[in-house]
Amino acid sequence: MRTLLLTSLLTRAATIAGPAPGPTALDELGRTLATRARRLFGRSIAIREIDAGSCNGCELEIHALSNSVYDVERFGIKFVASPRHADVLMVTGPVTRNMKVALERTYAATPDPKWVVAVGDCGCGCGAFEGSYAVIGAVDKVIPVDLHIPGCPPRPIALLEGLVALMDRATGS
Amino acid sequence: MPSRIAALLSDRPRIAGCEPWPRHEVTADGWAAIGQALGDGAGDLLALWAEPGVVHLALRSTGLKMPAVVTVAVDRNGFPSIGRHHPPALRLERTIRDLHGFDPLGATDWRHWLDHGAWGVHAPLGSRSPAAIRAAAEYTFLDVQGEGVHQIPVGPVHAGIIEPGHFRFTANGETVVRLEERLGYVHKGIDGLLADVELSRAQRVVARVSGDSTVAYSLAFAHAVEAALGVAAPQRATVLRGVAAELERLAHHLGDIGAICNDAAFALIHAHCGILRESVLAAADAAFGHRLMMDYVVPGGVAHDIAADGPRTILAMLDDVLPKFAGIVRLYDETPSLQDRTCLTGKVEADLVRRFAAGGHVGRASGRDFDTRRDLAYPPYAGLDFAVPVLTAGDVDARVWVRIREIEASALMLRGWLATLPDGAVATALPVQSEPREGIAMTEAFRGDVLVWLRIAGGRIVRAHARDPSWFQWPLLEAAIKGNIVADFPLCNKSFNCSYSGHDL
Repeated sequence: MRTLLLTSLLTRAATIAGPAPGPTALDELGRTLATRARRLFGRSIAIREIDAGSCNGCELEIHALSNSVYDVERFGIKFVASPRHADVLMVTGPVTRNMKVALERTYAATPDPKWVVAVGDCGCGCGAFEGSYAVIGAVDKVIPVDLHIPGCPPRPIALLEGLVALMDRATGS
Repeated sequence: MPSRIAALLSDRPRIAGCEPWPRHEVTADGWAAIGQALGDGAGDLLALWAEPGVVHLALRSTGLKMPAVVTVAVDRNGFPSIGRHHPPALRLERTIRDLHGFDPLGATDWRHWLDHGAWGVHAPLGSRSPAAIRAAAEYTFLDVQGEGVHQIPVGPVHAGIIEPGHFRFTANGETVVRLEERLGYVHKGIDGLLADVELSRAQRVVARVSGDSTVAYSLAFAHAVEAALGVAAPQRATVLRGVAAELERLAHHLGDIGAICNDAAFALIHAHCGILRESVLAAADAAFGHRLMMDYVVPGGVAHDIAADGPRTILAMLDDVLPKFAGIVRLYDETPSLQDRTCLTGKVEADLVRRFAAGGHVGRASGRDFDTRRDLAYPPYAGLDFAVPVLTAGDVDARVWVRIREIEASALMLRGWLATLPDGAVATALPVQSEPREGIAMTEAFRGDVLVWLRIAGGRIVRAHARDPSWFQWPLLEAAIKGNIVADFPLCNKSFNCSYSGHDL
């Protein structure tokens, strides 16, 4: 273990340079985030992820945000275990009928002010599952959405661009 | 000596147009006899699904040259229960009842499974009669009695970035007395979406049954279509498919080994495995244009050729990742505090694994020597000599070691293929058959065997069904956690890493 720790200390960080805030994300958030809500969070936002019906592809890429390469925590963004601790809900879809109540309850359990990010083509629209009896579809059919990050699944860098934009708008920095 | 199942099927004529496995229609009595034989251990249940008017069962038995499909007609809305003799069929029968409305006669468990009362219809693939909305909480969990036992309900929304499902723990102090799973939250109606659709649409849906196994699903779908239409992918395409499939295995095994160690509070391995996993995905992206290689494998071949420097990128990635991984393996092996958590934790008995025909690392860590790539070999694995690690301890540690050895085997395969990538086309045109034809195929995903069955006619998918390996692994997780402490559940769960989406369909 000592060798591994030593090597890790002596090599450069695996983390890549952070992206600029995504322009489309900034534009969308500019319309939805009121100025008065800014500065509430200092330089930190807490995210609760909810899989409301995803194929788990989006979860893989959201998970990757926390690895040493993307290291989302350096931007003051962290994933938390409870909606009670969250400022932001990151929701993947399509929202299934079986998950609707759980999604609504998680939203209700998140204290105000809060933002919702819909992730993936299914969360933003309905993706490949359009027309099924078992899905409601896009996240914004169930709860209000402030930011959409499409992709099947979105690359971690696209997720990061959206989150950095959210961070900028939410904290007014 | 012919096996019991071979004897039961010997006088049943083969239905024409089903490839490559034979399909036989049986009487209700014959069906029940097969259920009994499966229950007595005469074969493995591979899948159980329905379409209007009939129920199909796929099985594998030592007396048969290859697996077979058995079909029974639904009589007065019922069919003899397989689950009463063979418990692995229970949840599949509850699913058939929820989706099609067919009753598994003689079954011991009549609770809904995927139907949580939120669809507004009964039997969405059957009668579609209107149904009142029920609260999801209206579900009877199995009764547990005893002094001092208490329940811990968890989910459907979990604490991590994972899929939704409900776990009902009954614990006595710290010890889990019983775990009961309740799944179905991410049911998206996949069998319904695969009824009478364009081939290209079906292909997209099947690639998204379980996103982490997208290559394995697309491959099974492609094999089933190719079997039905009597075509084969060109040699270069089969090798590229193998490359994509092994990269998928490599990425998820690396990620899961890290995550298992993280659940034992050993974050160092998690951090390093995360970087290695990222290297694999970046190489996949550079070579195939998509990190998870979604929609890359298509019926007839692959969607496009590998990038010109793709082979070199992947080989360079392997040269970088494998020595680092060897260091991580040494660290895992030499850290007693970590082994203290993984050894003897979440033990699954060999007999259970055999009865449930559990595939992947869950089966191979408990002595079940089966790998689709070797035992139902398909290109490019056919004729290839590769190691299939099998251990017998059945605990979290054994599941970790199976994955470690599989990473090493995958790397060897990748190096071999990429050194001598055959030239030629990467796809073959699909003939359009107006007559309905059926195809079935199994492929080895990183978590076990994926099965896809379909019927195709005039270039459209008439019906299809996809069976995730998790169907036969989820029930074993309930057994694995019994007698362990509640705090070890994440560790056990991660060592299985069953798919919710693949199971919930």
